[in-house]
Amino acid sequence: MTLALRDVGKEYGRLRVLDGIDLTVAPGEFVCIVGASGSGKSTLLSLIAGLAPATRGTVTLDGEPVTGPGPERGLVFQSGALFPFLTVAENVAFGLRLLPLPRADRAARVEWYLREVGLLPLAGALPKELSGGQRQRVAIARALACEPSVLLLDEPFGALDVQTKEDMQLFLRQVWLDTGTTVLMVTHDVEEAVLLAQRVIVLGCDPGRVAAEVPVTLPAERPLEIKRTAGFHALRSTVEDLVRANMSTR
Amino acid sequence: MTGGRGHGGGHGRGLLPGRVQFAAHLAGALTPARPPAAAATGAGREGWAPLPRRAVRARPSGRGLPGRAKWALRAASLLVPLAAWLVIGGAQLVEETFLPSPAAVWAAFTEMLADGRLVSDTLASLGRVGAGFGLAVLISVPLGFVMGMSAAGQALFEPGVGLLRYMPASAFIPLLIIWLGLGEASKVAILVIGVVFFNTLMTADVVRKVPGELRQAAATLGATSGEIVRKVVWPHALPGILDAMRVNAAAAWNLVVVAELVAAESGLGYRIVRAQRFLQTDTIFAVLVVIGLIGLCIDVLLRVLRDRVGRWSA
Ligand SMILES: Nc1ncnc2c1ncn2[C@@H]1O[C@H](COP(=O)(O)OP(=O)(O)OP(=O)(O)O)[C@@H](O)[C@H]1O
Ligand SMILES: [Mg+2]
Repeated sequence: MTLALRDVGKEYGRLRVLDGIDLTVAPGEFVCIVGASGSGKSTLLSLIAGLAPATRGTVTLDGEPVTGPGPERGLVFQSGALFPFLTVAENVAFGLRLLPLPRADRAARVEWYLREVGLLPLAGALPKELSGGQRQRVAIARALACEPSVLLLDEPFGALDVQTKEDMQLFLRQVWLDTGTTVLMVTHDVEEAVLLAQRVIVLGCDPGRVAAEVPVTLPAERPLEIKRTAGFHALRSTVEDLVRANMSTR
Repeated sequence: MTGGRGHGGGHGRGLLPGRVQFAAHLAGALTPARPPAAAATGAGREGWAPLPRRAVRARPSGRGLPGRAKWALRAASLLVPLAAWLVIGGAQLVEETFLPSPAAVWAAFTEMLADGRLVSDTLASLGRVGAGFGLAVLISVPLGFVMGMSAAGQALFEPGVGLLRYMPASAFIPLLIIWLGLGEASKVAILVIGVVFFNTLMTADVVRKVPGELRQAAATLGATSGEIVRKVVWPHALPGILDAMRVNAAAAWNLVVVAELVAAESGLGYRIVRAQRFLQTDTIFAVLVVIGLIGLCIDVLLRVLRDRVGRWSA
């Protein structure tokens, strides 16, 4: 799977939110998009998810143009957006139930993903009974169960406390290593981006455009302690400076 | 910050000179020995008296009530009026025709029960509510979905429904009798008119409140528009729809009695009119109590159903 954006632009009325975005994500990559608030990160992700049409340019997945939302581009919202009236297991099964799958096959898949995100004991719980971190795990499992070609995440850990956030970051990285799914994640947390991604895209403001691209030259093995190394600090500073330099001047 | 004067914190280099100027500007003639930052914040506050504190405070969580006290109050709300009635009726303070005694009302009740009139009248009224309210729900729920989910549906139906809602259903009774005669059709129609518009608008509101994010999430998981309606909007809206139905069932129950008061050969409303002709106030009282109790039962049933269906909401 290759995700490709060619000269993509988005306007809301006269407001130019995105302009001339060129971006390619290769199969199995983990890419993070960072940028100041209002730079158009969420807008970009919703274009890729097919929830809003681009006003210019093309978004393609394996050469196929994106025309609407679909399970091959799973999206995880900041709020999780779990179906509150379904249990954890039913949430994870949502996409699978829309497909002609034998019941046993579906159950096995749901169980595998619940185990992967460590929520098998909570399979029968309702979303209101979960903590914020657990909710995000369900949201990620729900998207992954549809075996997306690319997993899109919009600030999935933005609402979590620092400890839970670190847990979830390690968890997401592990899921990526386990499943080999391509991941494109939006965040405003530069540290998170550098810790997780192989490549960090910096979005500039007014209008949103790709301002810079920083390859993350860290080893594949990334325990939390890596944040204390000089290499990590250097990368983090580089990206932070780029974000700051490309902030809105308005 | 308080003690640093321009050479303090390493990151304050660009900040402090400005603050010193600002402080000096604010402080005016204040003693130069004061640290500038403190002078800035302390300028006017020095002379203020301590802010008075109010003794009386709100209790945001309300006053807790032990279960037994709650039941005592519930019982009192029924028993006190009943006791007053017993006293006034028993003491013959008011003429029996105006205010029958509880004993007379009970007698009228058992008599109606024994000769089968009460059961047949109740069934007649319930049958009309079942038909009229049921029809209104069958129309209003799909209509509310259309209004709640599509801008076009909203634009098309909102003005008409919004206007019709303000026309009192009971005012349609004469018209409906002209159109449909004195039979069942006019009574069912009156109930439909009385319920359908309110229930449509309330359903549309509930549907509109389904978070767009949930619909988007379903779409990214591969759901079609129809599946989003069936598997996301419908289950999310159902408790709210039952709430709306609960409110409108009360209206329907009231309205059927009104319709029977005007023109009917059976039903609880008809029984009241009959009793009025013979000045049987005890019968009127008995029927009123029955009407109230049946309404309460409908409400409790719908509430139990709603709580079951809406267990997922906080
Ligand atoms: N539906 C919309 N209609 C009009 N303007 C919109 C809409 N959605 C987003 N915008 C505008 O697009 C710009 C980018 O918004 P977007 O949500 O993509 O930013 P973001 O980078 O995700 O910001 P944040 O980090 O705060 O989430 C903002 O100026 C916003 O006002
Ligand atoms: Mg955003």
